[in-house]
Order: sequence, then structure tokens, then C-alpha cells
Amino acid sequence: MAGKTLFDKLWDSHVVRKGEEGPDVLYIDRHLIHEVTSPQAFSGIEKRGVSLFRPKQTIATADHNVPTKDQHLPIKEELSRKQVEALKANCEKHGVELYGLGHKNQGIVHVIGPELGITQPGMTMVCGDSHTSTHGAFGTIAFGIGTSEVEQVFATQCILQTKPKSMLIEVNGEVKKGVTAKDVILYIISKISTSGGTGYFVEFAGSAIKSLSMEGRMTVCNMSIELGARGGMIAPDQTTFDYVQGKEFAPKGEEWAKKLAYWKTLITDKDAVYDKVVKFEAADIDTMITFGTNPAMGIKISGNVPSINGDESFKKSLEYMQMEPNTPLKGKLIDYVFIGSCTNSRIEDLRAVANIVKGHTKADNITAWIVPGSKQVESQAIEEGLDKIFLAAGFELRQPGCSACLAMNEDKVPEGKYCVSTSNRNFEGRQGPGSRTLLASPATAAAVALKGFITDATEYLN
Amino acid sequence: MEKFNKLISSIVPLPLENVDTDQIIPARFLKSTSRDGFGENLFRDWRYTKEGAKNKDFILNKVSSGEILVGGKNFGCGSSREHAAWAINDYGFKVVVSSFFADIFKGNALNNGLLPVQVSDEFLQAIFKANSPLEVDLENQSIKIIETGLQEFFEISAYKKHCLINGLDDIDFLLSNKSEIENFENNRLI
Repeated sequence: MAGKTLFDKLWDSHVVRKGEEGPDVLYIDRHLIHEVTSPQAFSGIEKRGVSLFRPKQTIATADHNVPTKDQHLPIKEELSRKQVEALKANCEKHGVELYGLGHKNQGIVHVIGPELGITQPGMTMVCGDSHTSTHGAFGTIAFGIGTSEVEQVFATQCILQTKPKSMLIEVNGEVKKGVTAKDVILYIISKISTSGGTGYFVEFAGSAIKSLSMEGRMTVCNMSIELGARGGMIAPDQTTFDYVQGKEFAPKGEEWAKKLAYWKTLITDKDAVYDKVVKFEAADIDTMITFGTNPAMGIKISGNVPSINGDESFKKSLEYMQMEPNTPLKGKLIDYVFIGSCTNSRIEDLRAVANIVKGHTKADNITAWIVPGSKQVESQAIEEGLDKIFLAAGFELRQPGCSACLAMNEDKVPEGKYCVSTSNRNFEGRQGPGSRTLLASPATAAAVALKGFITDATEYLN
Repeated sequence: MEKFNKLISSIVPLPLENVDTDQIIPARFLKSTSRDGFGENLFRDWRYTKEGAKNKDFILNKVSSGEILVGGKNFGCGSSREHAAWAINDYGFKVVVSSFFADIFKGNALNNGLLPVQVSDEFLQAIFKANSPLEVDLENQSIKIIETGLQEFFEISAYKKHCLINGLDDIDFLLSNKSEIENFENNRLI
């Protein structure tokens, strides 16, 4: 009998009841919630007269719909304030720990899980947010769910789920200088498409993946949903264990030794068979940027916008972006730079930006926002003096939240304006009605902010 | 959840690929704490101009009826917001047809009694071409273009089919497994 993939091992060890002709009952170790996709689930269980089954396994924060300025003041916009207040009331009523605005642990849900040690190898984790795939970087099965499923977890700590197929994406070799985790994942998505991963759960492997830091791995797994995949994971190794050790909610003492011994077994068997295997050479990957309205429409920064091949959706996309086929992207004027989101708002991302902008100032035509992923990231950045570098360079350092990644709050890119963004989606209007988003790495975004037009970070890296 | 069995209805065609959940319902309309009323902002930025006037060229402003929405390949990609399924449902659609659905959207639709019917690329093109009413029969797992008589069968898990036909949801089922869940917790080694 063939061996098992890491995904198989974790899935099978969390199945409470195998579905004969339908989905499995899957046990969930950690459930993360936020203000936007949870209120209807709370009212759902209340309507049924059911209480939260395992409230200690759910952790809440406010991130999607919070202002990134003056967080100590009441939220001005009424609907947003009510949504955040509803989360607080629901958490109090049902006994859920909440890291609300002002709390030292508050932040984007996928940033705080790892940095607090809530996310640990071998777990199953869900959240009403598609970028829950981020936590897969630790060797967890982590995926986004809808609100009805949030309600399922509230009621039973389980969800009904059909087991996805398995896909291996291997990136071997060493990346070129200046190529970051974000470039790697944008490259992979550009090759596989936004639906190529649908129905699959991905395991990322290969030397180029293994050489990434935990934060880089999180960036890669974060965007596995943009392949259409349910999630992405990376087998835990020493890099993982070193990151988790000592975090607030990480196991301690004897418990640590016991868990560590278990975590070390979390690898794919040598003779395991994946349903699909895709391999890339790291040396083929350049620094990347997107030009269209889905994350697979990415090219190397030095490349040309592709020609239209008669595809209506492609044509509509270029029209929306006001991009000319067969023209270079380099040199195109940009209006906004957004550094933030669950993809790239961690301390290493902020350091990468600081490293480039130190001693320079942004171009006059650029508005540059830096939104740290969490209070911890914000404090760390201030402790390291990065805030002064950003200020001197004309960047605005704001307070933690999802911000202009999805523009639910007032952080919106105006109509028709171009924004080079470190976030994960470049859909029409994603950063505000009529906004035009180009996805790139923090280093690229920083270099663009300095130049005022599309460029790569090469000249700033020495 | 509402029961679903059979539906004959005209269609609302949206022949675009990769219709993402930010188009179905933009994030700025996700501030409600209830499940109702999202239909008002379904396809908001395609349906209305920035001044708030109806965009005459958009399909929802051109047809006045139809309970079957037909979209291009990879319908519902993007975020996990169930609000997308709620908005489509709230607007009055009972069925969404496409040649390919994003996973989370498909699950969300099924959890709300909105039937996602996945057809072949050829059949999807035939639907767009005929622009005729469709008959969707869940019991037989069939979809038929009324005017041409062209028919195809679609896949759905036996469990989900049972739920839709009987108006049951997953929580009812999960709650009936409580003791097994507790056993599982008590017997875990790690």
C-alpha cells in the first residue's frame, strides 16, 4: 500500500465520522473569527437554542472593518461601529476570547494566529476568511469557510467537508537575487491559473520553499487560495519549530517536548502519491507584478503586457486597467502604494520596505500607506525605529487592520487610480470602486513609491 | 432552508469568466449583521454607475425575470464571503449554472438552498446561444434547454441532494453526531 501525504495524515486523524456517500465530519482544533463573517453565525445558533460547544477553541479579533487611524476613538461610521460592537457583545455572551481594538494582541486574524502561537503544526484550523490558508505554512490543514460553516463549528467544533484531492507544488533550486516569497507565489499562480487548484489541497515543497523564512512561507500559503485551492501547506521543520517556540500560546516544558516529537513525524511518506504534481525551477522566477484583474494575470516586471487573444474576459480586464497590450509595464506612472494585508504586513515585510526607503523620499505623485498586520508588528517596527524611516521617506504608518486590501473601511484607492499593493487580490474595485490594483512584493512596492512609476527594487538592493 | 426539487425558468446570462465574489457583492456592502437584504447590492458596481444610476447595458437591468443565473467558467472565485450566495439568493435566483465553480462559493450556495449546477463547456455555450428557459430537475440531476431539448446530467453529492430536496442543513446533521464528537475528543492521543 502506498504511503500517505502529510495532508492525508492530518485529515484522516481529524475525521470524527467518515462520510459514506458524502462529506466527512472533520474536527476543528482552532477556530478564528472576526466581525464581518461571524454575526449571522452567532444569531444562527441562538435561533436554534444551541450554545457554543467549545468556546475556548475559538479566538476573535476585529480586523476587516476597522479604521487604521485613531483606533482609540469610537468608530465614526455607524454600520462599521455596530458590526464591531456586535462582535464584542457576541464574544462576551458566548465566552469567546476577543482581541478587540486597542488590545495588545489585536491585528489581522492571519497575522495574530501565528505570532501568538495559536497556530501550531498538525492542527486543523478554519476561519470565515479565504486567506486562512496562511496558517498552512506551519503544516496545518487551514482553510476558509462560509458563515454557515462558522455556525457548524460554533455548534459542534466540526464541519462537514468533502476531502479535497492532493497537489504537490515543488520549487527547486535557488531564487535569483531580489526575488522574494511574493514573487514566487505570483509566478506559481500565473502558471497554474486562478482555477487550476480548485478541488485540491496543495503541499508546497522543494529547496526554494524550504529555504524561506516562516513569514515567507506564510506569504506563499496565504495566496494558495488564489489558485482556487482550498489551502496550501508546508511540512514543518526546524524553521517552524524555532518560530513557534516561546510564543505566548505555544506549548511549554514537557508539553513542548511531547508536541515537538509529534510534529517531527509530520512529513509526507516517500512512497505517497499525489493526485497532481507540478514542478518549477526557482531560477526561472523573476520579480513579478500583475497587470490585470485576477491574481493569475502576472508577469515579470521587465515584461510586456500580453496581447489579447480574443478572450472577452481578458479584454474587459485590460480595458478596466487601461493597459495597452504589447507595451512594457516598467515606467508606468502609479498613484498609490499600499503595504499591508495578511499577505505582506509582517515585520520582515516592513523591514524589507525600510531597507529600501531608508535615506530616500517617496515621489511626489505617490500616496504611500503602510498598515502593519498587528499591534505586535506595529510595536516591533517602532522599537526598531522603522517608523522614523517611513516618516522621513514620506510614508504614512497607520494602525493594524485589513485596510485597503479589501477597502471595507475608509482606506480606499480613488476611482481610476493605480495602486501597487502588497495584498492578494487585484479584482475590479477591490481597493475601492474603480480602483486599479497591481500586486507585487513589499520590496517592489517600496521601490515604486520612491520612483513614482513601475520599477523593480534592484538598484536599491546593494 | 427552503426545499428544492424542480425548476423551470428563464435565464439571466452573464457570459464572463472568473466572476469573483467582490463583483457579486463588494466588501463595502458587507457591514450588515443579518443575512437579509444583500440582493439590493448584487453586482453593485456593474449594475449601477458611480452616481447611482442604473447601468442600462448590464444584464440585470435588461431582463425583468429569471430565477437561473448563468455565469462563465470559475464562477464565485475569491473570498469566502457567504454574503455572495445570500445576495444571489436574496435577489431571487434559485439556481446558478456555470462550467466551473470555485470551491467555497459552491459550498456556501449549497448551504443556502441555492443550487449550483456544473455543466460542460459545450453545454454552457449552448445555453448562452439558445438564451432559452431551462428545466432543472434535482431528483434526476438533469438540466434541459427547453427550446432545443438539449439535455445534460450534473453531479451532486448524494448527501447534499438529500439536504436540498428535504430542506435540511448540515448543522442538523452535525448536532446528531454530538456523542461521536465527544468520543473523538476523549480518545485523542495528541
